[in-house]
Amino acid sequence: MIRAEKVFKSFSDTKVLKGIDFTFEKGKTNLIIGKSGAGKTVLLKVLVGLFKPTSGQVWYDDEDLCMMSKNELLTLRMKVGMLFQGNALFDSMTVEENIRFPMDMFTRMTAKEKLDQVNYCLERVSMEGINSKFPSEISGGMQKRVGIARAIVLNPKYLFADEPNSGLDPKTAITIDELLLDITKDNQITTIINTHDMNSVMEIGDNICLLHLGKLAWQGNKDEVLDSNNDTLHDFIFASPFLQKLKARALANGPVTN
Amino acid sequence: MNLLFHIGRFISWHGMIFKFPENWRMYYKETVRQMYEIGIGSLMIILVVSLFIGAVTAVQFTYQLQGTMIPSYYIGYIVRDMAIIELAVTFSSIILAGKVGSNIASEIGGMRQKEHIDAMEIMGVNTASYLVMPKIVAGLFVIPVLVSIAAVVSIGGGYFASTYSGAFSHEEFVQGLRSFFQPWNVCMMYIKAFTFAYILTSIAAYQGYFVKGGSIELGQASTRAVVYGIIVILMADYLLAVLLTS
Repeated sequence: MIRAEKVFKSFSDTKVLKGIDFTFEKGKTNLIIGKSGAGKTVLLKVLVGLFKPTSGQVWYDDEDLCMMSKNELLTLRMKVGMLFQGNALFDSMTVEENIRFPMDMFTRMTAKEKLDQVNYCLERVSMEGINSKFPSEISGGMQKRVGIARAIVLNPKYLFADEPNSGLDPKTAITIDELLLDITKDNQITTIINTHDMNSVMEIGDNICLLHLGKLAWQGNKDEVLDSNNDTLHDFIFASPFLQKLKARALANGPVTN
Repeated sequence: MNLLFHIGRFISWHGMIFKFPENWRMYYKETVRQMYEIGIGSLMIILVVSLFIGAVTAVQFTYQLQGTMIPSYYIGYIVRDMAIIELAVTFSSIILAGKVGSNIASEIGGMRQKEHIDAMEIMGVNTASYLVMPKIVAGLFVIPVLVSIAAVVSIGGGYFASTYSGAFSHEEFVQGLRSFFQPWNVCMMYIKAFTFAYILTSIAAYQGYFVKGGSIELGQASTRAVVYGIIVILMADYLLAVLLTS
């Protein structure tokens, strides 16, 4: 479980986060959604510790991230995996070296153990046999999967994903969503996904945090989205004319057509 | 004010660079990779430039000494000391500030922009240390070797320019090379080489590490790495010249 408590974050005079209170639950896919500029990425970076909050606390279970010593922070880092929007795979390394990197750096595993773990992770994301490829030799969707494989290689307790579906076709995006959901459920980890993909919201949104102008505008789950009367949520979810038409038809209980 | 901010950050950033590595083997591998990149990658340009610098020095001094009472064998002595004390080390360092400096700034800056540095930090890697220390250490090992090669090749260039043009005989040039030799000059060359190696690698890494924005800012950081590197090298050259010869 990760809890943000009265989190404020400012850059010079610009207030980006204005008192976020939210609990990201264990074993669930927690989604941070909102329009561009709402503060999603900043919140994610505050949660993961890349930005320090201007004020407020971030709790990892019962430990305050901002009060941790360097050693405690390093121990926590071993339990965190992150998938970046641009994958952040190291260009000069092969897929295998990329996934092996955290193990090379922080563990004393043997070469055989590392290889087994790399292969297990690649199998987990259905990418077997691409060990010797370089990131530039595989597609964007494959790079996302390799990014996930690297994020889970040390069996993290907390998994973060920044816009995991950006730049992917809808089918591949659904596959990535399902993969993140499966990993979350199977390993009972706390997964936090920053997205503005509506399919993700409706498919894997176990616990949703809607940000609007740096504030928490709504919280709930995928089943509560359609029943909510929150205007900000509806403006966000039904942003396109097609979805507005769909909503109007749904409210009138009419048949759905394009 | 801005300059003071950068000087302060540059100094405090060193506290992050020189920390105990998370894994010696990974740092060693990265250092060896950087030694190869800096050393082998810069060898050809250093060879070519040094050869011509030595040759030009010989030709220019031959011209200057014509009609004077100075013995002709002095040309070997002048070429040797010019190469050892100044030309090999300063020219090589300026060239390396351009080639290696821009490369380091672009590599680290590109990693910053592509979130590689964020990814490493989330894994718990001390990125300032892992990305910068191997480059500085590699520079400290390899650049003095390149400077030594540059000095030898410069003298060789001077020799060929002098003897093949018929201006001096082989014996005259070698006599000059063997005259008035002071071992301290070689020490001075290495003191300069180590200092300049540190300056050019650390300034370039600093520019890349703190880059913000997109490709334009990355290009600007790369340019700053070269320009500031060269300026600080020349300032340090003057200071060292004063300190080491007084």
